[in-house]
Amino acid sequence: MIVGRNGAGKSSLLRMIAGLICISAGRLELTGGEVDITLPEQTHYLGHLDALKPSLSVRENLRFWADYLGDSGSAIESALAVVDMVPLADLPAAYLSAGQRRRLSIARLVAVPRPLWLLDEPTSALDVSSQDRLAGLMRHHLAGGGIILAATHGPIGLENARELRMGPL
Amino acid sequence: MSAFISLLVRDMRIAVRVGGGALMGALFFLIVVTMMPFAIGPDLGLLARIGPAILWLGALLASLLALDRLFANDHDDGSLDLLMMGRMPLELTVAAKAIAHWLTTGLPLVLIAPVLGLMLNVEMHAMVWVALTLLAGTPALTFIGLIGAALAVTLRRGGLLLAVLVLPLTVPVLIFGVAAANAAIVGPAPFGPPFTILCALSLASLVLGPVAAAAALRAGQE
Repeated sequence: MIVGRNGAGKSSLLRMIAGLICISAGRLELTGGEVDITLPEQTHYLGHLDALKPSLSVRENLRFWADYLGDSGSAIESALAVVDMVPLADLPAAYLSAGQRRRLSIARLVAVPRPLWLLDEPTSALDVSSQDRLAGLMRHHLAGGGIILAATHGPIGLENARELRMGPL
Repeated sequence: MSAFISLLVRDMRIAVRVGGGALMGALFFLIVVTMMPFAIGPDLGLLARIGPAILWLGALLASLLALDRLFANDHDDGSLDLLMMGRMPLELTVAAKAIAHWLTTGLPLVLIAPVLGLMLNVEMHAMVWVALTLLAGTPALTFIGLIGAALAVTLRRGGLLLAVLVLPLTVPVLIFGVAAANAAIVGPAPFGPPFTILCALSLASLVLGPVAAAAALRAGQE
């Protein structure tokens, strides 16, 4: 867990690890990852924006990211079921609420297996039951040997998570 | 389905759905070509002579019209971040987007050009040649514009900057496109040389455009 007040650099740190910001000094290393692919390619980044196209349906949005980020034949339907979006699968994403959009982007993490999850305020816009479901997903990911880095202001439902406190130098 | 094809299909799907920009370029092309005879007057000989030039100019401006949203939409909704984290090289990613863009905005211009040629008193057999030059030349417009779109992605109102950046680079395409079309219709210069140069411009930009655009996107990361 990465905590710190607004503007402390939590999001910047996550974006740096995701390879979305050039690093001016220092280096990043993932111990135990696959050697022949880069760190961003082993990483899921869940930022403030949901990366959904309003004119595509829920299923089309998820299928695109699953095909693009992972291999073909990813488990779209089961990922939709995990975030409870199956009844909405054929609806254009334009009609989704903020929480539903969030859940759909979380489904991306489930559909394509990648060891490192970078979550920026993952619980924002989620209702209580969805937060519980996300906590369950995160526990499952950790149990499978994955790593989660989450920038957050409040508890995200993980026990004995290590805390990195960021502040001014 | 590979990442390349899935991105291509996604972008084409977005373009043809409600709110997509697929028809905007074609409509703009139609407007420019329709208004031109009213501005120039009913001199049929003059219209036929400058017809290919008008069609080329209209196609050039129309293909620039939707270009500024090529990466800006993906940047605004966070998709661009994820596109850069895929396993496919970024060069191929931008190439897939450019091909989708050409298929939805460039190809319709080529297809409606023969119909619009009627309004400019260009003869039907000549229109086939003009359409052929457009088919060979519009990919160059898209792939050169791709570089500008990638440079202007993080800017608000990047459309103006895009036009300033890209238009000078498209001048050779325009010159050889119109030269080839005129050579085919009125002569006496042969059709071959300008048309081959036009094809060369397209092929070169097909290779250089994605590399330059990917470099611009990487450099543009804040």
